[in-house]
Amino acid sequence: MSSIQQALKERILVLDGAMGTMLQAYKFTEANFRGERFKDYPTPLQGNNDLLSITQPEAIKTIHGKYFEAGADIVETNTFSGTTIAMADYQMEDLVYELNYQSAKIAKEVAEEFTAKEPNKPRFVAGSIGPTNRTASMSPDVNDPGYRAVTFDELRIAYKQQVEALVDGGVDLLLVETVFDTLNAKAALFAIEEVKEERGIDIPIMLSGTITDASGRTLSGQTAEAFLISVSHIPLLSVGFNCALGANLLQPHLEAIASKTDFAISAHPNAGLPNAFGEYDETPEEMGEQIEEYLKKNLINIIGGCCGTSPEHIRVIANIAAKYKPREFATLSAV
Amino acid sequence: MKLSGLEPLVLNENSNFINVGERTNVAGSRKFLRLIKEEKFDEALDIARHQVDGGAQIIDINFDDGLIDGKEAMVRFLNLIAAEPDICRVPIMIDSSKWEIIEAGLQVVQGKCVVNSISLKEGEEKFIWEAKQIKRYGAAVIVMAFDEVGQADNYERRIEIAKRSYDVLVNKVNFPSEDIIFDLNIFPVATGMDEHRRNAIDFIEATRWVRENLPNVSVSGGVSNVSFSFRGNDGVREAMHSVFLYHAIQAGMNMGIVNPALLEVYDDIPKDLLEYVEDVILDRRDDATERLLDFAETVKGSKKEAGADLSWRENPLQERITHALVKGIDAFIIEDIEQARQEAEKPIDVIEGHLMIGMNVVGDLFGAGKMFLPQVVKSARVMKKAVAYLNPFIEAEKTDKQEPVGKILMATVKGDVHDIGKNIVSVVLACNNYEIVDLGVMVPPEKIIETAIKERVDAIGLSGLITPSLDEMVYLAKEMQRQNFEIPLLIGGATTSKAHTAVKIDTQYNKAVVHVNDASRAVTVVGDLLNKKGTHEYTAKLKKDYDEFRTKFLKRGKEKSYISIEEARARKYKIDWETSEIVKPKELGVQILKQLSLKELEPFIDWSPFFRSWDLHGKYPDILKDKVVGEQATQLFEDAKDMVQQIIAKQLLKPKAVFGLFEANSINDDDITVQKKGKEVAVFRTLRQQLKKREGIPNHALADFIAPKETGKTDYIGAFCVGIFGAQELADSYRAKEDDYNAIMAQAIADRFAEAFAEYLHKQIRVKHWSYAANEDLTNDDLIKESYKGIRPAPGYPACPDHLEKETIWELLEVEKLIGVKLTESLAMWPAAAVSGYYFANPEAKYFGLGKITDDQVTDYATRKGITKAKARKWLHPNIAE
Repeated sequence: MSSIQQALKERILVLDGAMGTMLQAYKFTEANFRGERFKDYPTPLQGNNDLLSITQPEAIKTIHGKYFEAGADIVETNTFSGTTIAMADYQMEDLVYELNYQSAKIAKEVAEEFTAKEPNKPRFVAGSIGPTNRTASMSPDVNDPGYRAVTFDELRIAYKQQVEALVDGGVDLLLVETVFDTLNAKAALFAIEEVKEERGIDIPIMLSGTITDASGRTLSGQTAEAFLISVSHIPLLSVGFNCALGANLLQPHLEAIASKTDFAISAHPNAGLPNAFGEYDETPEEMGEQIEEYLKKNLINIIGGCCGTSPEHIRVIANIAAKYKPREFATLSAV
Repeated sequence: MKLSGLEPLVLNENSNFINVGERTNVAGSRKFLRLIKEEKFDEALDIARHQVDGGAQIIDINFDDGLIDGKEAMVRFLNLIAAEPDICRVPIMIDSSKWEIIEAGLQVVQGKCVVNSISLKEGEEKFIWEAKQIKRYGAAVIVMAFDEVGQADNYERRIEIAKRSYDVLVNKVNFPSEDIIFDLNIFPVATGMDEHRRNAIDFIEATRWVRENLPNVSVSGGVSNVSFSFRGNDGVREAMHSVFLYHAIQAGMNMGIVNPALLEVYDDIPKDLLEYVEDVILDRRDDATERLLDFAETVKGSKKEAGADLSWRENPLQERITHALVKGIDAFIIEDIEQARQEAEKPIDVIEGHLMIGMNVVGDLFGAGKMFLPQVVKSARVMKKAVAYLNPFIEAEKTDKQEPVGKILMATVKGDVHDIGKNIVSVVLACNNYEIVDLGVMVPPEKIIETAIKERVDAIGLSGLITPSLDEMVYLAKEMQRQNFEIPLLIGGATTSKAHTAVKIDTQYNKAVVHVNDASRAVTVVGDLLNKKGTHEYTAKLKKDYDEFRTKFLKRGKEKSYISIEEARARKYKIDWETSEIVKPKELGVQILKQLSLKELEPFIDWSPFFRSWDLHGKYPDILKDKVVGEQATQLFEDAKDMVQQIIAKQLLKPKAVFGLFEANSINDDDITVQKKGKEVAVFRTLRQQLKKREGIPNHALADFIAPKETGKTDYIGAFCVGIFGAQELADSYRAKEDDYNAIMAQAIADRFAEAFAEYLHKQIRVKHWSYAANEDLTNDDLIKESYKGIRPAPGYPACPDHLEKETIWELLEVEKLIGVKLTESLAMWPAAAVSGYYFANPEAKYFGLGKITDDQVTDYATRKGITKAKARKWLHPNIAE
């Protein structure tokens, strides 16, 4: 059993909060994004947050540090868009390996610092694998429902590159997150299995879907349980939901899957729903109260935050999580 | 075993038999095969939908045919299914004998599927490799009882192969045992050959062995095979299927391919037939086959008939009529109404009795949110058809017409031509037994007043979409006050708001004024208003409510502060004209476009507003899957698509456009001089934001996006008008057939085409005629999100709310002369499905809302435009800060 599986048995683990929200506060300009190295890059780069792992590594490290300090057990690498598919927007496909490798490396450095300081609380790095900006089971063209902007194989190859770089960079586990199209996630899982087999390694996988609205379904139309069934063929460390909804709206969907799986359950909701200006304004205390409801119901093994959450949110969540026992779940059978 | 489509399908010990649909299998349905060969995928989808509607819990999909490119067809069909939530809610069974087709299928389905099938036929190595892949793709698998030697055709071979397959899968591949399904080969019985006698019983017994000895697995099979030798005698086949299933299910068969149309209820099989069939299936007698063959001669064909479920036709008359109204089915309404009329004392009783009972059910369901607007409009269509049939009989009896609960005058106000919303409200009210006096569009206030008095209406409903209509409504309220009206005034339409109603209209008329912003509320509001007992109370409550709302609203308005027009100009949006790229249009001057096919516009349609016009709120395409209105939205959308296809095929609507590209410069900050070869041909007057803003945030006017004369640079501007002709005629033709549903549909679609045309033309301008973005590559979604470069603001909309500017465009482009789109006195366009506006190409040009302006700009604007201040005030009035 790896040390994270061990830790999961003992307590509720805390995942970090938003990276993007924290980066916004830096108000990085186009020049900041470019740094010296990409000064003459042909495309605009502002907004390419993943790139900051290379051009502003100190900022990324500082944010990781803040989350660990607030009580997070796991931080996510700054690689949400680290695939050739998502990087095509910036014509940075060739940088994918380096972006993921560097992001993993700096997160791991910070994690090791904290583990050294507090050896009884080991800190972990999860390689963040986002959904890309294309959907494999939906057409972007309303008039051509049979059309697909991306294929399973294209996704599988892109994810495989990302996974290899994250693993080389030293991540402790992989987090396939914000899954709005289950087929994309299945391609990611397929790629991870390939890497595991080729390298003869095992690495824990967290998988987190996104219920997009009050319909209670993923963007690609699946119910929570159908989503769970569709991704349960791979032994996962945890399965859960993140993004799109605040903690209170997420609860029914967590309940829907918690009773139907032997995997650990994770949740990292947004800080409420965005207000009229697109900002998240739920306070740490408000969010904490809602999350405590999960814990009272014994629904959760891993808890964190998504859009709009800050180290303050994570601090409150970590304090609450420390008071509760983790949900019991089956030990992973070796497959 | 757990499977999933959009929804889960969980099989456990307690589950009933899982029925797999096989009409989407080219080997299982000749029609499906033909449709695929002819590439009629839309119709092929209907077959899949029909299967799911008919109760299939999994659909088997197979394209193994020599004349079909199986891989391509599989991917295409599965992709299309993925876009049909009512089909892909069930799990898919990917059926092929070719691995490459199976894998292509696995790569396009998000849910957990079943692969049909793999086997040891070509050896263990291939079997293991395929199973491993399937596991990694996350699917369950059907394993055929087939090995290197051949297909299992007796009891021993079946269990031998099943056992070996199971061991390999579970021990060597680590395949989850609950995801294994055995197909133990169902072969025909009663073929006349002795070696086939045990085909059914061997299958049944092998099934029992497998379920008892191989933990967690399922057993499946294609049932119709068993009765193959009785093709042509459906009566016997149905009985054979039932008997076979009865015993196989008891033995542990838990899923299979069964045609529900060819299945008798076991208990309903006649005793004698049952005995003969069981003899054959269970191989109980040597002469079983001969006996059944002899008996079969006497068994008639199937009792069942496939087709739509018409069982409701068996119900009593009232239930049939109610059903027809609720479901909006008009196929039988005349015959039912005729029966009701014969039974009734007076024809009017049918309306007051049968039909009103039905419509009350509709009203209740609608009120409870269990029916949606498009359904109600369909119900109304049936109702109208019934009433139209009864009318001659009622006239003949010369009795008085049924007493309606109230009479409502409906009108779109003077100068405005938009009536979709008004028509919807009219229909809904009519359904609820109100008599509607519909004066149509562009109705002058005198006519409304005069008709209201003459017809003694109980309420007046006014509708309007463009901003000048708001003033017409205010005027009408004043007139009602002056003439001492007592009846309520209802206000609705896209530009109206509770705020405007409270602040501007309610204050003019001291009786009830209500803003009704969606049709579903209209019935309750009118009901409350006309309720004889509580009406005073209700009116008083309304007045108080609007008064409070007004006070709050006005207070809020005061908090904003404005800067003078001079100051605003000093804070204009500044483009660096030294570096800003100005592209000279490839084609200067005015052009018209009349020969365009609607087909080309179709891809540009943005459907979200279409649903809004039916009071279904949500974004397309998500709305189709919406939990509450999804089903309705989908139905509506299908009907819309049908009509769109018809409109295209029969050219029922005619698109026409005129546009022009000209040299231009901004002058005196806010004006734009439009020139042909250096000679001024028009001046556009733009309005500037005056809201006080934070430091560094500019006060926009459209003129900011055109290079000022002083820069010495020649810049350019465009103007356009597109119109869709024929919508009114089309709607009228439906209305003549009492079909309001399609009449409203036609108008809503024409509106969508107009917007799509504007989008299309803008693209042509960008990439061709002006060509400032020749290389753009935007999807329809991008267009809806307005991610293109440059803008096309329209007079009357937020950036330039002044409708008077349309007159300038009309002169400049000779719009009426060239394409026939007219301006009404309120400056609405006719036909109503039309869009006009300007083109700005500068990459920094963007949409903004003018917001409120102050008196100094109104004065200045009047002077610049050479009109009286009163006229300027009249037209700008919704935007003037108090």
